[in-house]
Amino acid sequence: MSGDDVAVRIRGLSKAFGRAPALRGIDMDVPTGATLSLLGPNGSGKTTLIRVMASLTRPDSGEVWVRGVPLRTRAPALRRMIGLVGHDPLLYDDLTARENLRFVCRMFGVERADERIEEVAADMGMSANLDRKAGVMSHGMKKRFSIARALLHDPPVLLLDEPESGLDLEAVGLLDAIISRRDTSRTVIMTTHDLERAVALADRVAALEDGRIVYDEARPPDRDEIRGLFASEAGSRRDAS
Amino acid sequence: MRTYFGVVLAVLAKDALLELRTKDIFVSTLVFGLLVIVVFNFAVDPTPDMVVSVAPGILWIAFTFGGVLGLNRSFSVESGRGNLAGLMLAPVGRDAIYFGKFLANFMFMLVVEAVIYPVFAALFNLPLIWELLPVAVLATAAVAAVGTVFSAMAANTRSREVMLPVLFLPVVSPVIIAAVEVTGALIESEVARQPAPDLNPWLPLLILFDAVFLVVCPAVFGFVLED
Repeated sequence: MSGDDVAVRIRGLSKAFGRAPALRGIDMDVPTGATLSLLGPNGSGKTTLIRVMASLTRPDSGEVWVRGVPLRTRAPALRRMIGLVGHDPLLYDDLTARENLRFVCRMFGVERADERIEEVAADMGMSANLDRKAGVMSHGMKKRFSIARALLHDPPVLLLDEPESGLDLEAVGLLDAIISRRDTSRTVIMTTHDLERAVALADRVAALEDGRIVYDEARPPDRDEIRGLFASEAGSRRDAS
Repeated sequence: MRTYFGVVLAVLAKDALLELRTKDIFVSTLVFGLLVIVVFNFAVDPTPDMVVSVAPGILWIAFTFGGVLGLNRSFSVESGRGNLAGLMLAPVGRDAIYFGKFLANFMFMLVVEAVIYPVFAALFNLPLIWELLPVAVLATAAVAAVGTVFSAMAANTRSREVMLPVLFLPVVSPVIIAAVEVTGALIESEVARQPAPDLNPWLPLLILFDAVFLVVCPAVFGFVLED
């Protein structure tokens, strides 16, 4: 794979919190335009990996490149190419959704901000709620605006950390439509516990366990294969306990 | 560069809008500052001699300790809902976030000081001394510069209300001492009806503190934010 074809390249990435290792020498290439589902049990390092890629957590060793831009030396340029949906909605409760999104537009220097806010809110089916304060919204509504927030600056790489949690079926459908959109070269890296969605949406599936990549296949994944991986994992844990 | 200043101004404007809406920092800082001044006004007899010796300290206790309450709030609004990550995703160096937060804290503290000071002057029977303005600006800038870093640091700890003053006050105590000394000299010359000395030796020290803190604090801010 040439450098232009790789949206995200990770080499030798390690991170520990105190003495507890979270990532152990991760190597990974995610092709441009691909959707990668990142699976793994709780505590396997999925969120840490996403946070390192978004430059929120400093790795102990290794390097991440997003479209050839290295994390360690050009983090601000890398952040411009990243949209992140994390566990927190990243919205200020005392501001309206529109004010929250306008703040993000100013941070990223988004042109025609008001039009762009209307566009992304419409994409998430939230146009009618733009002028409501975030503090009075349900978790699901906040999550929808959180996704809108991540899309505002039209990032070429979208990092989604369990994006479906708290979303109703309609919102999950809207999110899936955004992830599956093929008219852009956007790369999506998504952590999820939903194996069905992971297989259905992704053209590549990787699995993490104890901070290591234990499965990473470019070919269309076999559902039974993915299920088998986690079944054996669950079995070995039962045996250990 | 346009994006850099855009982020600084965006953070400042966002904090100002939040404060206009909630008034959390303004109310808590103002009430505390006024309480300090009123209590000390009853505790000491405000004769001219006494005023010269104790009033500068009282004024800067009210400003600084009140400021701690505001600084505590500055990053609790970010870390409480995980919004700090949202700020950290800005496509600029983390020092831009620092300067945005610093300017907001500096502005809030100056506004509260502008309200507290006339009350202080009235209660301690002093005229309004306009020469205090540059002293307040310089000392408040140093306090806000250090406080912005430490409030970010304390926001990620479990006992942030305790951690901030424990970390912050020892570092800013030289600034407070310098501010008290300059304020004392100005009050003394006002009470004695003599012209103030052209350049108080503590004033250049305040300028030096500002210069050092405004270089060091933004440089370490990024390390404070990241895991």
